[in-house]
Amino acid sequence: MRSSSTRACEEAFTIGSKTTEAHRAIEAIWRIESARLIAGLARVVGDIGTAEELAQDALVSALEQWPVEGVPERPGAWLMGTAKHRAIDLIRRRKTLERKHEEIGRDAERAQEGLDLDATAGEEVGDDLLGLIFMACHPILAKEARVALTLRVLGGLTTEEIARGFLVPVSTIAQRIVRAKRTLAEAHVRFEVPNGAERLTRLASVLEVIYLIFNEGYSATAGRDWVRPALCEEALRLGRILAELDPTQPEVHGLVGLMEIQASRLGARVGPTGEPVLLLDQDRARWDRLLIRRGLGALDRAERLGGALGPYALQAAIAACHARATTAEETDWPRIVALYDAVAQLAPSPVVELNRAVAVGMAFGPAAGLELVEALVAEPSLKSYHLLPAVRGDLLRKLGRFEEARVEFEHSASLTENVRERDLLQRRAAECAAEGMMG
Amino acid sequence: MRVLIMAKEGEQTEAGTPPTPEAMAEYQKFNEELVKAGVVLEAGRLYPSSQSKRVRFEGKKRTVIDGPFAETKELVAGYWLWQVRSIDEALEWLKRAPYDGGTFEVREVFEYEGM
Repeated sequence: MRSSSTRACEEAFTIGSKTTEAHRAIEAIWRIESARLIAGLARVVGDIGTAEELAQDALVSALEQWPVEGVPERPGAWLMGTAKHRAIDLIRRRKTLERKHEEIGRDAERAQEGLDLDATAGEEVGDDLLGLIFMACHPILAKEARVALTLRVLGGLTTEEIARGFLVPVSTIAQRIVRAKRTLAEAHVRFEVPNGAERLTRLASVLEVIYLIFNEGYSATAGRDWVRPALCEEALRLGRILAELDPTQPEVHGLVGLMEIQASRLGARVGPTGEPVLLLDQDRARWDRLLIRRGLGALDRAERLGGALGPYALQAAIAACHARATTAEETDWPRIVALYDAVAQLAPSPVVELNRAVAVGMAFGPAAGLELVEALVAEPSLKSYHLLPAVRGDLLRKLGRFEEARVEFEHSASLTENVRERDLLQRRAAECAAEGMMG
Repeated sequence: MRVLIMAKEGEQTEAGTPPTPEAMAEYQKFNEELVKAGVVLEAGRLYPSSQSKRVRFEGKKRTVIDGPFAETKELVAGYWLWQVRSIDEALEWLKRAPYDGGTFEVREVFEYEGM
């Protein structure tokens, strides 16, 4: 029954969305309401899997009734009411069948309490949503599972849409979601908004998921397109929602600021034929001023909350240095180096070191940058990271060592899975070959 | 996608009378809901057309025209810039707005040129 209702919904969407206006309205309403609906139900029944099924059963009812009877005045409340009736039935059935299990009894009690609150107040809806975010991004789950589950229950995306976003088979995503729900249920992960120190570690997991989604859209690791803006938009939306739900956490605003500023360059980082255009070559007139302004605002919110900046806020501050420079030449590279130093202290990683090397190369000359890059060559985790040879090639080229640079760009091209990026790197290699002949 | 919502409120805004505190509170509640849903990128209200200007282009010639303007029904009194997944989503949000008059135009914004 469970999976069939899921399938019924997705079929109804794909077939129905093209045929009737009511179906299109229902699909849009589902996008608006599904996260709140699933969150409210998850609080009552305790697990995401059941909550999602109840929500989808309610959706099936809507798909049957609304095209005939019209869309109700408060569609969200209608869906919640319908789903909660089913939740009561379900809990009663559980209670009778498994009375001996004390735990279920507690569930039912908790559920009854929850069900008494018919029209949930705004703040509670917020808490429910936050609880759902923390549950879907629980560190017990693998990264890919967290990403898929988050897009599904919080983004309201179908399995097909998620699969398309990540260029993996639909069955892979479906499996990830099923397993994720099972893992959460088996581990008895509680539906809650964690407090204290746990809040911070759990929040880090949430931020990681959002940024992973963003990055997959921003520099697609595979496929024909260099950027997939739809994923960036999903991540931004999740980040903006989180910033309202949990406004006292500086790193939430840091991440939002980082994503807003990076997203401001989406239109400029793709050339006329779909090729990547790197930061310093971009036409800055095409940067989205609105997103820059929003990003600087978010960074400001993070700073005003006080304390030392976290890794996301620091990266937002780096992005802000670029955003504030009217031309590439005006970039404040020494400040960027200082900010990368701070990131490296808080969250040391070879990738951060590589970025720092780029900044050092810009601030203090290619030789200084290259020295840092050379130190990273032996780093095992960067062995197949295509940007290491790309950066090395770039610095070698600036030093006039064209043949060595060409080899690095070729190597880099062989490591990337993205077609557009590979083209760009091969073009760089060809340029180095030509420059080498001339020099 | 981004959509621009243009509020064409007719006589009401042209009169320049501020909205009642109740109407204002309802609007703010709705706008807050949109912000919390990650939908609003920007919002703004405009002064009545009596305080506005128009510039008409005819070849090389530019003519500045002072307000107020006659076609009250078409005048934009306020705007929202929203980030949504579809026009349908924008329509569903808009239907929930606490207004009892006027026309609201929903236009998709052209994005990601060169892609």
